Amino acid sequence: MIEFISQPWHWSVSGVAIVFVMFILLWFGGSFGASSNLRTLCAIGGAGNKHSFFDFDWKGQLWNLVFIFSAVVGGFIAVSFFPSPEPVQIAQATQEHLSSIGISTPQTIREGFGYVPSEIFAVDNLFSPRNLFLLIVGGFFVGFGARYAGGCTSGHAISGLSNLQLPSLIAVIGFFIGGLLMSWILLPMILTV
Amino acid sequence: MKTLKYIFPGILFGIVMTKSEAVSWYRIQEMFRFESFHMYGIIGTAVILATLLTYISKRMNIKSVEGAEMNFKSKDKSITRYLIGGIIFGLGWAMTGACPGPMFTLLGHGVWAIVIVILSSILGTYAYGALRSKLPH
Repeated sequence: MIEFISQPWHWSVSGVAIVFVMFILLWFGGSFGASSNLRTLCAIGGAGNKHSFFDFDWKGQLWNLVFIFSAVVGGFIAVSFFPSPEPVQIAQATQEHLSSIGISTPQTIREGFGYVPSEIFAVDNLFSPRNLFLLIVGGFFVGFGARYAGGCTSGHAISGLSNLQLPSLIAVIGFFIGGLLMSWILLPMILTV
Repeated sequence: MKTLKYIFPGILFGIVMTKSEAVSWYRIQEMFRFESFHMYGIIGTAVILATLLTYISKRMNIKSVEGAEMNFKSKDKSITRYLIGGIIFGLGWAMTGACPGPMFTLLGHGVWAIVIVILSSILGTYAYGALRSKLPH
């Protein structure tokens, strides 16, 4: 059983599992949207005194914080008790492209860094200006963009599209314009300077 | 108890994000380079199934556990904010290989550098709130 769960899940199983999570949240009276938590954290930090956008009753959003901090625990459980026996099996073409810009092949979490490249995420490599730029500016864009667009992958691409919201389709098109620009043009430039 | 019940879907979400490999920086690059069906399969399956279940839930007027209407949100009509905000989000997503859900999941993997991404995403959210009245929506 443990072995069965430990292998990477097929995309269809994963898709169904995400919808299961989404409908538990809806049934509990919440909704599926991870980036709202970033706004709630600003509000808890007192940002509502300065900017009306954060002046709301954040106590009503605590359920979502419980959800997202439990996802940290879920991540821990998954890698501690059901570690994947194989590294992430990305396409040959992607591996070749990444190695041409200095990112090596994925390793398992036991023998290496698992789901993210050590070249960018290893603590030893953290104090390179390039990596700090990627993490700080990238994170800033995720937070700024998600709130500007009113949602992220969970809120727009899954909740919004499945509720047939045209604005969510526009947002997802935006996600891809930005993502394509970054992964085809900007990221190779940043990683090879 | 009202909020504690969210621990269950939260833990499940972290496990699903990990085992689906949606937390993986590599999978995000592969997706944006159109070199594998994996991420499209996950999101596509989720959207199709969720569309069906959303339709059924509305049609049958299924209530939440507390007896209230289910929280299907309608988004305000506009193009500007969704397109510009979406592009900025997409740049950040491909740059860090993580959107907000996976960021927190990766923290559970012990990827400590993700703390920087989480903190700067909070700062980005704050910057949006501060500049909101000056931005085109």
